[in-house]
Amino acid sequence: MFNTCVVNDKCESNLSKKELLGKVQSLAFTINELALYLDTHPKDDKALALHKQYAKQYRNAYEEYQRKYGPLSIFCPCNSWRWIASPWPWEGGMK
Amino acid sequence: MWNYSKMLQYPINIKQRDPKLARWIISQYGGPDGELGASLRYLSQRFGMPDQKSKALLNDIGTEELGHLEMVGALVNQLTKDLSIEEIEKAGLQPYYTDHGVDVYPVSAAGVPFTAAYIAAKGDPVANLQEDLAAEQKARATYEKLIDLSKDNPDVVDVLRFLRQREVVHFQRFGEALRGVQDLLMEKRCFSMNNINK
Repeated sequence: MFNTCVVNDKCESNLSKKELLGKVQSLAFTINELALYLDTHPKDDKALALHKQYAKQYRNAYEEYQRKYGPLSIFCPCNSWRWIASPWPWEGGMK
Repeated sequence: MWNYSKMLQYPINIKQRDPKLARWIISQYGGPDGELGASLRYLSQRFGMPDQKSKALLNDIGTEELGHLEMVGALVNQLTKDLSIEEIEKAGLQPYYTDHGVDVYPVSAAGVPFTAAYIAAKGDPVANLQEDLAAEQKARATYEKLIDLSKDNPDVVDVLRFLRQREVVHFQRFGEALRGVQDLLMEKRCFSMNNINK
């Protein structure tokens, strides 16, 4: 489904900026979808296990993106204020 | 509270500008079945829900709808990028341009400004969830009409299909929440009088 890391959760991928953002978006979508499902099926262990698995992958991909390409949120610590340097997503910044 | 992530829920890169399409698509920004109404409806109704499941669901779907509002805004913004006056005239955008330029302003396709009258918070969880089910169907139907009108622009159709599909999923989840609330209201309640003399 995604270009997920098969070695372990921490390993660095060699994805391009666009590919890595696509991975973060895909994982965020999957987690959102599982969250809505779990809201009405909180006792579904299979869904819960999937949520756990993807949440871990999401955190790693998100952090890898920020480390390599700049902040995705204002909570990312920066030495210079890079938050305003990258294009905004509505500008077609996902190229 | 909310935190902003600098990404769209689904990527939008429209290669072919089309100001005329933007005129219709803006209805899903500020029209009667649009994403602004959807997010306000769910985020307002969540306070009065009787159970944990429906509070969570309204919170989380309301949050996703804010992301969809951003996506529809991005569509309109990209479809109207760098227009000349001739292009604005050709697309019939003069009334909108007069009041808003090419800013993204919450109006319906017919130019009616957004109003809170599009949403309800009825003080009744069953009535509210029934309204939410109808709202999702109306939004799905609107996206299908927009897909019909966008048939010559595959980038736009791709995004509209994604948004349409989300309405279908939300409808499913709201149905489950409604059944939960109805079961809760049907439960037998026992009133204990044991401690009346204590």
